[in-house]
Amino acid sequence: MVAYILRRIAALCAVLFCVVSATFFLIRLSPGGPFDAERKLPETIERQLLAKYKLDGTLWQQYSGYLGDLLHGDLRLSTKYRNRSVNEILAQTLPVTLTLGSAAFLIATCAGVWLGAFAALRHGGFGDTAAMLAALLAISLPSFVIGPLAILIFALWLGWLPVGGWGDFPHLRHLLLPALVLAAPYVATIARLMRGSLLETLGQDFIRTARAKGLGEPSILYRHALRIAILPVVSYLGPLAANLLTGSIVVETIFNIPGAGGFFVNSIFNRDGFLLGGVVIVYCTLLVLLNLVVDLAYTFLDRRIQLDG
Amino acid sequence: MVEPASTHFATRLGRNRVASACIGLLGLLALAAIAGPWFFPAGYSEPSALQYAPPSWAHPFGTDLNGRDLLLRVLMGARVSLLVGICGAAVSLVIGTAYGLVAGYLGGRIDDAMMRFVDILYAIPRLIFILVLINAFNRTLQNFAAARGWQGLVDYSSIVILVFSLGIIEWLTMARIVRGQVLALKSRPFVTAARALGQSHIRILLRHLLPNLLGIIIIYLTLTIPAVIIDESFLSFLGLGIQAPQASLGSLLADGVAAINPVRNLAWMIVFPSVVMALTLLALNFLGDALRDALDPGR
Repeated sequence: MVAYILRRIAALCAVLFCVVSATFFLIRLSPGGPFDAERKLPETIERQLLAKYKLDGTLWQQYSGYLGDLLHGDLRLSTKYRNRSVNEILAQTLPVTLTLGSAAFLIATCAGVWLGAFAALRHGGFGDTAAMLAALLAISLPSFVIGPLAILIFALWLGWLPVGGWGDFPHLRHLLLPALVLAAPYVATIARLMRGSLLETLGQDFIRTARAKGLGEPSILYRHALRIAILPVVSYLGPLAANLLTGSIVVETIFNIPGAGGFFVNSIFNRDGFLLGGVVIVYCTLLVLLNLVVDLAYTFLDRRIQLDG
Repeated sequence: MVEPASTHFATRLGRNRVASACIGLLGLLALAAIAGPWFFPAGYSEPSALQYAPPSWAHPFGTDLNGRDLLLRVLMGARVSLLVGICGAAVSLVIGTAYGLVAGYLGGRIDDAMMRFVDILYAIPRLIFILVLINAFNRTLQNFAAARGWQGLVDYSSIVILVFSLGIIEWLTMARIVRGQVLALKSRPFVTAARALGQSHIRILLRHLLPNLLGIIIIYLTLTIPAVIIDESFLSFLGLGIQAPQASLGSLLADGVAAINPVRNLAWMIVFPSVVMALTLLALNFLGDALRDALDPGR
């Protein structure tokens, strides 16, 4: 178990190293620098700017310097938002993105599992068909279709919820619509996974044994079937988190939420390399860690899996 | 399930009303997107003084910020979205099939390593990474084309880059499924027989295994097209995909969201692109599901 975790952490470091290197070289090797303004800067000023942002020297010196700073937890300065470090910007915006993402994560897993189980227990009936049709609808409609329509209906016509924004404190009124829009396709994906897996589990021998023992239906469902049936959902949680982080960029744009996603998009427009690199690195670290947690959780749920392979 | 029972397959699919309706709808949409723009009077695609005109007989979908006819913009956008979707899915098909074939056929440690790599890619926000890639290569390609005087490529460079980069990120599912099928197929007697006859590995892969995979490949191609269209619209929505004045359904939606304001109701800017986009994606997804059921009715 400990050996497994150590090996996973080593693999995690390798993945992060590749991500950091690829991001750095893609940004530095693409044409156009962060200070390419309409008006050419005097040479001395440009040289000083490059020195301040540590963009002078050979490519190799820049790269090794950047890796060194990263090891010290320094994501460097933003070249666009002058005098603000990437650490500061992320410290302000990341909590917003994470709040939105966690809310959507909770909604997607809870609602998805419930809906999937609901459909499986009514297999072939009206509830099953309706739930699966709704799921297919939700999967087919991306957030940038649902989001604007939701704003039109709930914010502009009915006036129940605000059009967008976040407020000083994450208020439920501001959180509800964006989190639902972000979660909708994944509620559907999880519901489909859950339904298929529960149907398969309910047909297995150990369920028949449980019935033969005279256990009640709720006990069979909660103590035996769900525990096994939920495994495909657990293994989907890693990709789910990746999709939610990506999706939150769009949802933040639609609802004008001051999260890290907006800064990410702007950093591409502004050729703000260190901000861009910082966001990519933080996102990837979060996801790789989360994947490790998910894999460990998996083994606690399913004792049939041995962690040595 | 292995034998390409195309006749049964076609009749089963034809009997499925939903699938037939989806094929009809997609055909209509494609026809409208390809041929429709020719029937518009000259000047509809140019900016005019008619800013944000609501839907009327002259402009059934209304007009946009620059006074251009929205119906024409939506048709042109659908054209770009469908093109990128189909080409991107084709790229992902080639990569995913080749990767899955090799991994499944070689098996053992190589298979483990290759599939572990796919698992890692699944957990990384690929779309975020691809944004960086697109941005880096778009300028390079533009400079390259401009230096050689290929004006056509300069204008369409963002579309070319989009097609390739989206193909590069959407091949994972295809690779997994092809690999699984190859693993199941390669222990079958006909593969053993081919090997006993001394056929080369390449020949076994291409002449014996690939034809048996065609059905499942076509199904996942149908399901990859909407995924690529969603990705493309995602990028264009953020202003990082298709560049103005060209439009895709995603960039039109972004224009619609930008036009949201509490004072004036400009709902048509959102509703029409949304509906066209939703219909396209729904039809493709329903069709993919119906194909899957038709090929594998047991499930």
